[in-house]
Amino acid sequence: MAMRILKCTINGKPVEVGYDPRESLLDTLRDRLHLTGTKRGCEVGECGACTVLIDGVATDSCLYLTDWAQGKDILTIEGVQKADGSLDPVQQAFIDEFAVQCGFCIPGIIMSAIEMERTGKTYTRDEIRKQLSGHLCRCTGYENIVNAVEKAVDVMDGVVGEGTEKSA
Amino acid sequence: MEQLREVGRPITRVDAYDKVTGRAKFTDDLCPKPCLEARILHSTIGNGRVVSIDTTEAKKVPGVVAVFTCFDVPDRPYPVAGHPWYADSHAEKRDLADRKLLDDRIRIYGDNIAVVVAEDTVACDRALRKIKVEYEEWPVVYDPKESLKGTEHPVQDIKPDNLVAHTCALTSPENLAKYGYKTVDDAINDPAYHHIAIHTETGEQSQVHIETCTSFCYMEGGKIVCVASTQIPHIMRRVIGQALGIPWGDVRVIKPYIGGGFGTKQDIHYEPLNAWICQQLGGRCVRLELSREELFWDTSGRQPKSFDVEASYGDDMLLHARSIRGWSNTGGYIHHGHALVLNSVNSFRWLYHTNEVASRSEAWTVYTNGPHTGAMRAYGVPEGVWTAECLMGDIAHDNGWDGVEFRLKNCIREGFVDEFTPGGAVAAHTCTLPQCVEKGKEWIHWDEKKREYANQTGPIRHGVGVAFFVYKTAVAPFALETATSRVTLNQDGSVQLQMGATEIGQGADTVFSQMAAEAIGVDTEDVHIVSFQDTDVAPYDAGAYASRQTYVSGTAVKKAGLELREKILAFAHRLYPAAGENLDLRDHAIWDATGRQVCTLASLALEAYYNVDANDQLSAYATANVHTNAIATGCTFADVTVDMPLGKVTVNRIISVQDNGRLINPKLVEQQVHGGMGQSIGFALSEEVQVDPKTGRVLNDTLLDYKIPTMMDLPDLKADFVESDDPTGPYGNKAVGETPIISPAPAIRDAILDATGVKFYHMPMTPQRLVEGFKREGLI
Repeated sequence: MAMRILKCTINGKPVEVGYDPRESLLDTLRDRLHLTGTKRGCEVGECGACTVLIDGVATDSCLYLTDWAQGKDILTIEGVQKADGSLDPVQQAFIDEFAVQCGFCIPGIIMSAIEMERTGKTYTRDEIRKQLSGHLCRCTGYENIVNAVEKAVDVMDGVVGEGTEKSA
Repeated sequence: MEQLREVGRPITRVDAYDKVTGRAKFTDDLCPKPCLEARILHSTIGNGRVVSIDTTEAKKVPGVVAVFTCFDVPDRPYPVAGHPWYADSHAEKRDLADRKLLDDRIRIYGDNIAVVVAEDTVACDRALRKIKVEYEEWPVVYDPKESLKGTEHPVQDIKPDNLVAHTCALTSPENLAKYGYKTVDDAINDPAYHHIAIHTETGEQSQVHIETCTSFCYMEGGKIVCVASTQIPHIMRRVIGQALGIPWGDVRVIKPYIGGGFGTKQDIHYEPLNAWICQQLGGRCVRLELSREELFWDTSGRQPKSFDVEASYGDDMLLHARSIRGWSNTGGYIHHGHALVLNSVNSFRWLYHTNEVASRSEAWTVYTNGPHTGAMRAYGVPEGVWTAECLMGDIAHDNGWDGVEFRLKNCIREGFVDEFTPGGAVAAHTCTLPQCVEKGKEWIHWDEKKREYANQTGPIRHGVGVAFFVYKTAVAPFALETATSRVTLNQDGSVQLQMGATEIGQGADTVFSQMAAEAIGVDTEDVHIVSFQDTDVAPYDAGAYASRQTYVSGTAVKKAGLELREKILAFAHRLYPAAGENLDLRDHAIWDATGRQVCTLASLALEAYYNVDANDQLSAYATANVHTNAIATGCTFADVTVDMPLGKVTVNRIISVQDNGRLINPKLVEQQVHGGMGQSIGFALSEEVQVDPKTGRVLNDTLLDYKIPTMMDLPDLKADFVESDDPTGPYGNKAVGETPIISPAPAIRDAILDATGVKFYHMPMTPQRLVEGFKREGLI
């Protein structure tokens, strides 16, 4: 099938890349742009490992055609670290709270957590579990992942949110 | 316990930073795309043979490079289990070879009969649809006991009666005679004791690692290079060599980070096929990635098993005799074979053997037309302990005994030596199980909850439950245990650590670094571990399985580390003879016997590399051949709510308390326990590969239909420990990795029994089975 050109913004930079109109954004990111931090676990939207932010919304990139990404603003795990090299509070919390084991599901979960973090809201543990329930992790039992996200959203609540006291 | 410097530190994982930045490289991340893609054609019958295959149309699909069928590959069976190989001196211990690259003899639904290689996966899939296959179809047998009656066509010709193996460990006649018995059955049926018989079943659990099984192969320097997601790179190299009939040195396996394995990747699946395709195509790079769906039936899940149990016990709450007979369904291929159910019946015995006068542990492993099975985390033990705990739970319940007290009277204790193990190697040198139980009991508020939950009525009820576990560490004395480690002093005084043992997410790299630092006398931060294994340069190690690495490979690390320390001190003495004997290495410096600093380690390291007269790159390379074993123990307590009409069990609170010996890194051990608890809760309540017994076809091969727990299905998980200092572990440590998946499921079963009085024997306890049970007992 004839190739087309995708023009969009990825990790803050304008990108132009050829793609097959049948291909998923996941394959374009991984195979054409070598952004391999976004992972493929099932290719059918069951596991969440391929999550990226598209115009700020956490999305399974395996179910999202590259064709739909024209003009969009896409953030992948490679674009999360700040320009000076410092880590996002979510990334730091995942390290400090021992939320990482094999690490394969982690980039996807971090992207969804960043979507939450950037709302500036605070979340109860139950709300965190609900928000992230589209992500499967087989190593951690989720315990330290919930701890890490709880810590990170609390940090960011103090920075950009209302710094509200949590009731639960 | 003596305080150690680096061992015991809860340091951050050495791989965490790379993994949170997306920089950690997994197999597919390294693949030089675009490359050739390969996809497998699977049979649409469950038993029979391929009469003919017509690939004419498939080969015409644009982009297709080659189609190979079962009639094109070499007729050379090979073994696939991640077990050690044996030299000619012990050839009888070698695994059976029952697998070919592709096979015209179809033994399971979805068996591998052809492969398409194309420029992209779309062309592969189109070509697969155009291959025409003519079959001769035979009846499918899925029940192992049926299969043992014999089939017209044996599943594997090497075992004409479909029996892979049968073993039976019985208390010796001499020991029976001491109590006036002739047979184990006499002790079980002694009318002076209560008698009980139960039947249990455990389903096929799937590992569901989030990274699928992937490899890519290419030729370089006349050798086949296979980059693969595996727990066992050195074994993979050997098996590729065996499957292709080429010298093992002509194969190079590279193992990057892997996205979970849990036993699947302790088998060799499609890497030999991929290597062979690559060889046929002149060494061009070929990628072969299994789909999520293929993983459920074309790699190896936990063997489904059933058990018949009998026991006798006295009014004094002591077990008198027990018998377990287990049947394991290995499917069409042997993979890990009999070792799995052997672990089930052995662990059944070990856990509560303390007072018994007689014991039988008998097991059969059977070929059927069921899906591939093999290793999964804890390797048969969860099934054996499930059965042991069903029995204990029932006896306590029937007699109105406290389940904790009853178990404590009968459980394994320090000093236990298994009488049936050669040389008594399987032993509990240390055992803090009673203290673990005390901690768990307190945390769950056992006594209060037992009172609170007594005499409930209505459709929704609450219960608390308990289960204990045992697990051995590594595979000695049943199989070879060996590991090798290399440590090298860098120019700056830091240390390079190289292992054949693999990081598979469990944190091996971090604990090896800590153990190396402890042995050498530097900080963990000074140790640079090479995470990836490349069999051309990595030391030999069998790989990640059997909770063996921290124990066996850790012994190699300690040995190499101590040797490097001696070499550093000897070199310092050579350079500074005036400093005298008895030098010490600590705080990044060399010190003399009076406590005066001789030189910094960094300056000594520079001399080691660049001293014009006496330079010597200081390095140590050590192999550990381990013959000991060590039993780890622990327990789980669970508090559940059971909604009987819905068949829904909610785990409200759950704690596992374990004796894993000394914890090399407490935070990493806690990680392991959390993950194991999650997998065990899944196995308890929802996880089962469902097979149509008429066709052998797997019915739920997606993550929507095979339910692993999501974040909303699990409660907060509590892990705790009572450490012991095991004399056989390199730093007092025992098994960790697999232990936490054993006791949560039976603890949940026990809590359901407490809540409802209904006894369930079939794991997983799905809503279907629960509702049937509550109906049967007239509760709904």
